[in-house]
Amino acid sequence: MVIKFNIENLNIWFGSIHALKQVSVGVQANEILSIIGPSNSGKTTFLRMLNRLNDLSQNFKMNGSVKLEQEDIRNIDTELLRKKVGMVFALPLPLPLSIFDNVAYGVRMHDRKNKKILGEIVEASLKEAYLWEEVKDRLNESAFKLSGGQQQRLCIARTLAIEPEVILFDEPCSGLDPISTAKVEDAMVKLKQKYTIVLVTNNVKQAARVGDRTAFFLNGELIELDKTDKMFTAPLDKRTDGYIRGKFG
Amino acid sequence: MRKLKELIIEKVILICGLASIFFVVLIFLFLLKEGLAVFKIVSPFKFLFGKSWYPISEPPQLGILPLVLGSLLVTVGAVIISIPIGVGCAIYIAEIAPLKIKEALKTGIELLTAIPSVVLGFIGMVTLVPLAKNIFHIPTGLTALSGSIMLAFMAMPTIVSIAEDALYSVPKTYKEGALALGATHWQAIWRVMLPAASSGILAAVMLGIGRVIGETMAVMMITGNAAVIPSSILAPVRTLTATIAAEMGEAVVGSEHYFALFAIGIVLFVISFAINVTADLFLHKRQ
Amino acid sequence: MKNPYRTQNIAFFFLFLATLLIMVPVGLIVAIIIQKGLPAINWQFLIDMPRQGMRAGGIFPAIIGTIYLVTGAIIFALPIGLLTAIYLSEYSKDNLLTRLIKLAIVNLAGVPSVVYGLFGLALFVVFFKFGTSILSGSLTLGIMIIPVIITTSREALESVPQSFREVSLSLGASKWQTIRHIVLPNAIPGILTGTILGLGRAAGETAPILFTVAAFYLPQLPSSIFDQAMALPYHLYVISTQVPNVDEKIRYGTAFVLLALVLFMNLVAIIIRYKFRKKKKW
Repeated sequence: MVIKFNIENLNIWFGSIHALKQVSVGVQANEILSIIGPSNSGKTTFLRMLNRLNDLSQNFKMNGSVKLEQEDIRNIDTELLRKKVGMVFALPLPLPLSIFDNVAYGVRMHDRKNKKILGEIVEASLKEAYLWEEVKDRLNESAFKLSGGQQQRLCIARTLAIEPEVILFDEPCSGLDPISTAKVEDAMVKLKQKYTIVLVTNNVKQAARVGDRTAFFLNGELIELDKTDKMFTAPLDKRTDGYIRGKFG
Repeated sequence: MRKLKELIIEKVILICGLASIFFVVLIFLFLLKEGLAVFKIVSPFKFLFGKSWYPISEPPQLGILPLVLGSLLVTVGAVIISIPIGVGCAIYIAEIAPLKIKEALKTGIELLTAIPSVVLGFIGMVTLVPLAKNIFHIPTGLTALSGSIMLAFMAMPTIVSIAEDALYSVPKTYKEGALALGATHWQAIWRVMLPAASSGILAAVMLGIGRVIGETMAVMMITGNAAVIPSSILAPVRTLTATIAAEMGEAVVGSEHYFALFAIGIVLFVISFAINVTADLFLHKRQ
Repeated sequence: MKNPYRTQNIAFFFLFLATLLIMVPVGLIVAIIIQKGLPAINWQFLIDMPRQGMRAGGIFPAIIGTIYLVTGAIIFALPIGLLTAIYLSEYSKDNLLTRLIKLAIVNLAGVPSVVYGLFGLALFVVFFKFGTSILSGSLTLGIMIIPVIITTSREALESVPQSFREVSLSLGASKWQTIRHIVLPNAIPGILTGTILGLGRAAGETAPILFTVAAFYLPQLPSSIFDQAMALPYHLYVISTQVPNVDEKIRYGTAFVLLALVLFMNLVAIIIRYKFRKKKKW
């Protein structure tokens, strides 16, 4: 079992708010690790730590260590880290560009590629995100013309185009209808053969459907982390049990 | 390579960010450099409180009291006129006007901001000045009053837009709470909205005053420019700004007159600095 | 307590009256200048040199002078203003330095225009020995309009949603790449609006150019940036107060041209802003 991310004794503060407390998690290669928990439990903060998006907050402070393949992520060039660790946000967030340029954006930022290669990358990424058939004739249209579900798959394609090793999903289906959700989930399950996936979700059932392992966060603490099957049938902690059964949330 | 480029860009942007501070300091330093020399000839006290301004007589008399009083008189007049009208208009726009009319009124205010002061001065000369002369039966309509009216008008956009902002940013719940208790709309405005927005409105008034004190062209064109201690609001006066504008063209670089005009510049700079810093404090208090 | 609704009606009437007291004169001013100025406008007036001590002829050199000044001012002010706005919106932290910069901008906006004139005289004309010239005047006007450009550009930059920045960064773009490819393109209409408003402001100001550039009567075109020049607002001032017996038509005509120029710029700015708001995709 290859460990992709190794997080040890991670503490995060925003000003005086202690957002994550002594969290230690190992993320295995080619798994889907689901993270569940009520809002404000620190799960998104955890996710945004992995590609250092938390750094954008003015009063962010941390200690502990986060290692990507044995290397502390604070020693990795931020842009390189974010190229290795892609992210799909909660709401579909296309950039105000054409469909093609959205997918090509990250690639272009990293190095200049000729048109042909760029076209191939865009096509391959859109196919991988199961969007190609729907958009192949209108690549130059604004991305805002797509439906919500299509936009979210576009965002996945955009992330795939930079060839990451890990993909972070931050509640990727929270703004989508059930059919679009199913499509995104399908895509995720297939993606795990090539990528490592960390999925933050508010939807316990989604974690049960797609997660190999599931972690339960509460008030900034990691309460429990186990195989999804085990967690959903015989959780060790009462609080996990309560949350999964919908007693609080 | 890319890191280096990022770093250079960031530094260039930081330097530009500092430019504003640099310019403010530079303005003040150059005013001091050219203006302080006047205090070799006349003491600061005599400069500020001297009763006569005859810069080209021999020896020159460099007392700016008549000019300070001129500015003060015109400003007080303008403030008395512009506060009730400006705040009233702000309340009307923020609270009473229907959406469409509100947009139109805001455009009207923007229009007023855009009119160059020399154009307003010109209009004042051809309308306000003869009007004042006929109404009050005075030898000339170029008076402090004409200046006050014109300046009040020029301070309106500042007062209206900032006061309207202040009213707008009062939380909706305040007003709704008052209305729910059975207050009329006016009572809600008078008892709740205005007190809640008071520091913003105060800032609006202060910035309006700043605008009035600093205004040059219009005031020079319609106040008559007599550098004597004003006897009444219907007499011609000369303001600090107008003195600089009218006399600098004739002052020889490096002469006492030249230094004195720069010293007036220092006075104006200090006044506007004080006003702006205070207004800024009020605005920050609101947030 | 009397009938509160009667009090309300009286109060609202006075508020309405206050509004009228501002709006009616604004309308009148514009109307008077159009009514009396428009008949004075013809092609000759716009492209002729002034003659007979400005009592006849046109205002061509004043128009050209103003165009030069305004162009020079914007070339100087736009880069500094825009970069400052970028600094404040993208790079600055919430600290004392930022607070100082903001305070400096507020003060720069509040310095009386005639004090800018003094400053321009002392720094550009005398200290740098640029003389009374288009260069000195442009630089003076430029510094004066920097706050306008900063304020509007900053608003435009900050109205670009934070999420766009996060997406761009999360794809591995650097901070500058994000600004260059995502933030700036989406802020351009706002920046343009600010630039045009700055232009309008520079075109209408008189006091800063009184001692730095303005020529009283110079019936020829400037040949370099080190020449003196006439300018519309100063010309209007001169012919309305300094030269006796100028035909009223010429005064109103000049006022009309100046007002039309400034209002045209403002109109363009308003239209850009309006179109942008309608087109906004987020």
